Amino acid sequence: MIESLVTQLEKQHLIAAFALVGGAMYISYLVSDKLTKGRVHGSAIAIMVGLALAYFGGIYTGGSKGLADISLFAGLGLMGGGMLRDLAIIATAYGVRFQEIREAGISGIIALFLGVIVSFIAGVAVAYAFGYRDPVSLTTIGAGTVTYIVGPIAGASIGAPSDIIALSIAAGLFKSILVMILTPIAARHIGLDNPRSAMIFGGLMGTTSGVAAGLAATDPKLVPYGAMTATFYTGLGALLAPSVLYIAVRAVF
Amino acid sequence: MVIYGVALLAGCMLVGLWAGDVLGILLGVDSNVGGVGIAMLMLIFLGGYLMDKNKMPASTEDGIKFWNGMYIPIVVAMAASQDVAAAFDGGMIALLAALLAVIVSFALIPFLNRLGRATPAEKKAGETKDIVPVSPKGAKKALSASSSPHSHASARARHAR
Repeated sequence: MIESLVTQLEKQHLIAAFALVGGAMYISYLVSDKLTKGRVHGSAIAIMVGLALAYFGGIYTGGSKGLADISLFAGLGLMGGGMLRDLAIIATAYGVRFQEIREAGISGIIALFLGVIVSFIAGVAVAYAFGYRDPVSLTTIGAGTVTYIVGPIAGASIGAPSDIIALSIAAGLFKSILVMILTPIAARHIGLDNPRSAMIFGGLMGTTSGVAAGLAATDPKLVPYGAMTATFYTGLGALLAPSVLYIAVRAVF
Repeated sequence: MVIYGVALLAGCMLVGLWAGDVLGILLGVDSNVGGVGIAMLMLIFLGGYLMDKNKMPASTEDGIKFWNGMYIPIVVAMAASQDVAAAFDGGMIALLAALLAVIVSFALIPFLNRLGRATPAEKKAGETKDIVPVSPKGAKKALSASSSPHSHASARARHAR
């Protein structure tokens, strides 16, 4: 009987994921309400629970998709994968007034360029402090700190070894996790409470998953603005890192 | 019908992502450039146009609003399927690089927020400031016009300083 239940859960994996996430969110909102008196947003707790589960899932299976690698929870991979995530992000844009986006336009673009360059320099600086001296490794780790997609793209095009590429992906993953966790904590101190600063935030941070989750845990109304700029970030990073930024690193080191 | 809303959303996404791919190819980048952002802009314009033409009945809107409402659960599922274990394998250097990048980026937000503040917004903030002592009711009205009254108030406070 138990076996047939498990088989059914594995077969209806997406539906099982809906039920699982619904349950996890109910508990998270309950904890937020009762234990933190609403100070920590329910979605922030739910996201942290998700990350913790992903860690244990990854340890348990040795796979790369967190809890979704356990066949019982495979639906999480589909539900939280790029396809439905992008659909839901786009849906948040419905009802947004274009006026607000235009007003923040220029600072959003400045934020994009600044965000890529600042993250890149941070990655290069830390790599340098840890003893890396060759421009290829420095550039790849810097590019990974931009986002975990840019790291492998840059690393592959300038011929970085695979362990450096793995390290660059790890830096990008940490960035996205840190943005998820730290955004709701930092939001009040950095004035992240209006469409304009959300667009700047999206441009500076750039990691789509980090921005998406960070803003969801701060104020869901801000999500479309942050997501709008963030989606240009990876493309810009992939454009700059293996070209201009690599040349700059080679010139310095 | 609900499916009209979902189809509109799906159409925007497909065209947007395709445009992002084409943009990437044109720029010679092995990645999608702003596909989701382009799709969002399309939805804002198309949705706004259809709303003005009274072609967006509530049932059509529901098709979009459902996916809007599914956003946070989807993000939770996304968090649960991240490669967190690999991030920890990267160790201190990966963590420190990410932490430094995030902290510096956070610190830049207030700076950028002040830097390019559009002049009409500044004017509006100045006007509300003038109104406050005279008639708090009027100021409240002006504040509630913006989507987030708190933001306006804090912007004003910073402005005054």
